[in-house]
Amino acid sequence: MKLFVSDGNPHCVKVLAVLEFTGVKCDVKHVNHEERVVPYLSRPALPALLLPSGTHLFSPNSICQYLIELNGQESSDIVNQWLEWEATELQPAVMHALHMVVLQGKGAETPRVLQGPLSYLDQSLSQRTTLFLTAEMVSVADVVLWAALYPILSDSSLVSGNQTLQLWFERVGMLAACVSAAQTVLQGKGLKAESLKTYLQRQPTTHHGQGQVQGRGTQPCNSPEGDDDDDDCVLSEEEIQSAAVTWGKGLTDLPMVPERQHPILPQEGKRNVLVTSALPYVNNVPHLGNIIGCVLSADVFARYGRLRGWNVLYVCGTDEYGTATENKAREEGLTAQQICDKYHAVHASIYQWFQVDFDFFGRTTTKKQTEIAQNIFWRLHERGFLLEDIVEQLRCEACQRFLADRFVEGTCPFCSYPEARGDQCDKCGKLINAVELREPTCKVCSQTPVVQSSKHLFLDLPKLEAELEQWLERSTGSGDWTANAKQITRSWVRDGLKPRCITRDLKWGTPVPHPDFSDKVFYVWFDAPIGYLSITANYTDQWEKWWKNPQQVELYNFMAKDNVPFHSVVFPCSLLGAQDNYTLVNHLVATEYLNYEDTKFSKSRGVGVFGDMAKDTGIPSDVWRFYLLYLRPEGQDSAFSWVDMATKNNSELLNNLGNFINRAGMFVSKFFESCVPAMALQQEDKRLLAQVGWELKQYINLMDRVKIRDALKCILNISRHGNQYIQVNEPWKKIKGDETDRQRSGTVTGVSVNVACLLSVMLQPYMPTVSHTIRQQLNAPPSVTGTLLQGTGNFVCSLPAGHHIGTVSPLFQKLESEQIESLKKRFGGQQPEEEEEAKPKPKTTAQPDVNAQPDVNAQPATTPASDPAAQTAVNGADAERARELTLAVAEQAEKVRTLKGQKAEKTVIGAEVTKLLELKKQLSLAEGKDPEPVLTKGKKNAQPATTPASDPAAQTAVNGADAERARELTLAVAEQGEKVRTLKGQKAEKTVIGAEVTKLLELKKQLSLAEGKNPEPVLTKGKKK
Amino acid sequence: MSLKELSSLEKALGLKKPNKYSTQGDRKVPVLQTINGQALVGLVTIATHLVQEAKRPELLGGSAEHKAVVQQWLEYRVTKVDGCHKEDIKTILKDLNSYLEDKVYLAGNQFTLADTLMYYGIHHVIVDLAVQEKEKYMNMTRWFDHVQHYPSVRHHLPPVVVLRNRVYTSGHH
Repeated sequence: MKLFVSDGNPHCVKVLAVLEFTGVKCDVKHVNHEERVVPYLSRPALPALLLPSGTHLFSPNSICQYLIELNGQESSDIVNQWLEWEATELQPAVMHALHMVVLQGKGAETPRVLQGPLSYLDQSLSQRTTLFLTAEMVSVADVVLWAALYPILSDSSLVSGNQTLQLWFERVGMLAACVSAAQTVLQGKGLKAESLKTYLQRQPTTHHGQGQVQGRGTQPCNSPEGDDDDDDCVLSEEEIQSAAVTWGKGLTDLPMVPERQHPILPQEGKRNVLVTSALPYVNNVPHLGNIIGCVLSADVFARYGRLRGWNVLYVCGTDEYGTATENKAREEGLTAQQICDKYHAVHASIYQWFQVDFDFFGRTTTKKQTEIAQNIFWRLHERGFLLEDIVEQLRCEACQRFLADRFVEGTCPFCSYPEARGDQCDKCGKLINAVELREPTCKVCSQTPVVQSSKHLFLDLPKLEAELEQWLERSTGSGDWTANAKQITRSWVRDGLKPRCITRDLKWGTPVPHPDFSDKVFYVWFDAPIGYLSITANYTDQWEKWWKNPQQVELYNFMAKDNVPFHSVVFPCSLLGAQDNYTLVNHLVATEYLNYEDTKFSKSRGVGVFGDMAKDTGIPSDVWRFYLLYLRPEGQDSAFSWVDMATKNNSELLNNLGNFINRAGMFVSKFFESCVPAMALQQEDKRLLAQVGWELKQYINLMDRVKIRDALKCILNISRHGNQYIQVNEPWKKIKGDETDRQRSGTVTGVSVNVACLLSVMLQPYMPTVSHTIRQQLNAPPSVTGTLLQGTGNFVCSLPAGHHIGTVSPLFQKLESEQIESLKKRFGGQQPEEEEEAKPKPKTTAQPDVNAQPDVNAQPATTPASDPAAQTAVNGADAERARELTLAVAEQAEKVRTLKGQKAEKTVIGAEVTKLLELKKQLSLAEGKDPEPVLTKGKKNAQPATTPASDPAAQTAVNGADAERARELTLAVAEQGEKVRTLKGQKAEKTVIGAEVTKLLELKKQLSLAEGKNPEPVLTKGKKK
Repeated sequence: MSLKELSSLEKALGLKKPNKYSTQGDRKVPVLQTINGQALVGLVTIATHLVQEAKRPELLGGSAEHKAVVQQWLEYRVTKVDGCHKEDIKTILKDLNSYLEDKVYLAGNQFTLADTLMYYGIHHVIVDLAVQEKEKYMNMTRWFDHVQHYPSVRHHLPPVVVLRNRVYTSGHH
């Protein structure tokens, strides 16, 4: 039997205490928090007990019960009851409290969280006559509850009162088993244990309590929407007031971020951050997966770091040596160097289009590369870290050359995968020596290669292993390594390191300087990472200030997970062995894979979008960046999907983010002559400031740990809060009211436009152009970019009353379903390109504005009368019919408006609306558009083409029926909510309440639609609660 | 609704006299007043008590190890499945699916209380799954189908249709 525990994990206190308490014999193994001990659970679960039968127990309380049972004690109803209470009531509260105290430093609020369960326990204890919870003797329930409370109650400052509870806690805490368990796991330090902090940081952020302010999207799935009390209750008065104080500080007393001046060099007293992205291989055009995996992710982080005022250097470049280049050169009749020149330019232009802001984008085929690689080589050689050996290599007689790893394919000797490459198997991930492949074939000519011997040099990894492990321990312990990076590295080291060949029989590479190996070049994986150094050396002569300066420099490596071993094991060994004080990686950030529409990207099959094609789609670079980052494969694989891209663009960018920023700006320019009005903050405004401030802190917290995708959600949460705030306060109505109302309208507008300004800064790493556009529109002072993200985040008033804003215009454009369908076809690889080209394209011509004005959101999708492009695109009878229908639609729409204005009967209006919709559908058909766009089909908020709410023109919601309707609905929802509460208060019949709740939900849904928001997704359907 | 679950469980266990339950707290935790005046609180605690009352100890597992496994999945049900966040549902389905790969029931080859309560607790998730998702979590779906057809388990819940032949044969996605 074996018990797995991890330091700092409070759940381990109880099992260790019970283990010692029972005296059961069992091995205890200390592992990392991320160790996945239980094979079938996708998240690490500790503690875990491995039973002799091979079964795992992973729930702490069941482990405790089992140990007690082994000891011959039966558990009783009352013990069960306490254990269940501990797991369901106490534990969530304790975890919430620990998060607040240890991670957020909000000790003052723990009583609020813990009060319920603690006083329940205190009362239960007072009502008993026994010394302990269930009897005169200590039971497993006492130990489990004690252990759960230990971190909190050991700090007497956090909780007061509850006398009986305190006495009981001290009584149980005197058990030797408890003392020693607390010592083992938390070093007896309780809350102050550093290991506890580390543990809590690794917990998913959606854990109990943490996400409460986020509201939408993190609500428990089976809490009915009917009786949610909004997020209001979670922010404390203290937080709200302090947000208001921060706001009042303004921009003045905050430091500016200096302009970038090249060459950027490490500076004393600064955080010096060196960012690299895996070097893309020159001969392939990168696909979206490559782009998100390294260059784009690193770009977001580098941009963020600059905003934070760190001294950041971001370098990257093309990896150019190797046989693939030689071959390509032969194919195209050019020299290898010419091929590299050509494709280096292709790469550079792709990244430029994606706005990847390298400080330097270099290449590996340079003099500096040769110099530095040979220098490292000689140092390794002098220090005895290189071995000579005879190698058997595959040589293709037909092609007359030794075959590089990537030119051999065969059956994997480990897992029998038939398409294993010569260096690594894609299936099992194991590294392979090409000669070990079963049934090898030459990938160029499909002949079977023969084995030939030749003398090679090896890096003696086993000799460096001890030093490597020491360094790994330090680096992974203190840095932000992604879980997959740690896991891959660990499994490599665990399997034992073997000497690795660093030379190859090729021409196109860095020559090996040793006279005995003069016809050889360095193996690409010895050579390529040195590219980081040589590229920096080409950027500045003082490159060693970055690369031989681990004391001052923090190194971040970005890559996809297949690259991990070379950056965490092989390359560090080269640098450690060279003994030249090299800067080694501190933070290794690896992504999982991005798939394309549930298949793999494949250049040869034409499947997927490749870097050079993205711009031909007419979709702006910023939107590409947004979507790729939104689905960044962080923690698990993800898949690019066209339909999803359109949905995210339309729902998140257009209806949420763009809508909010645009409304805020429009109010200022329309109602206040482009001059930010005076703001007199009320409680509600301060609450918004606190909510936004909280999201900002989360954003910084996540970004600091390179959780790029998660941080993006914070931005979207802020604009959701903002939209709600505007919707509730209706500045467009109040502006027409009396003096008080007008002032109120001014405050809401002023606060909103400041939130928009904050968003522009938070967006900068993700969508640089949009961010810049917003700041231009708001005429934001240049200092905002540097100041709002300092420290833990300062949401200050950066556009004070009297500030003049510029011209406001919409930021995003709707992606239409037909456009998406055609893109999907074009990149789907199902049809040959010619066939696609030959087809007429009525659909794309119907909306030429997409390409013509990529930055203007002026697509009047629902007002067909103003859509001349659509009309010219259809010919003959259809065009005639379309004209007729256009008129009919306009007429009918007018009728509906009039009826609404007259406050006609709902049924009457309803009937007319139905007619209107029908007409619109016919019109769409006549124009050759798909009336029911596929991308929204099945969703409740469907029909962006017909519901006015999602019409970009109606985005501002200032005008017309929409806002009116939303206001009506808001009232109706409030009324209905009141009714439900009253019924509940009167303890009315369940069926009666149920019926009213259903009505309430329906109203809320309609309100969401009217506000252009996604109503809650379908998951709550069929809930019994 | 845990009260419905408990009354279904009573029927499944063949208990003659239905008990009276109340609930406490915001989370509507069930409470049972027993004959000796003691109040039992919590779904698992009450369910375990009912099983013992019905003299069906095998439903709680035979050996110590078996018992611990049953207890663990009961706890999983009330801590992980109940009140789970939307984004956690997939993880739960995935984990159950891989756990059940080589098992008929949650505690191995024997039907236990863990199966009953897990079935009650996860039913609302399964009814909403698309056919493709059900196939994706094939082992979990097979287990679910077994349990819903287990004699006298399914009382208050509608049956979920599970196709026996695979529709998406190529799809591992």
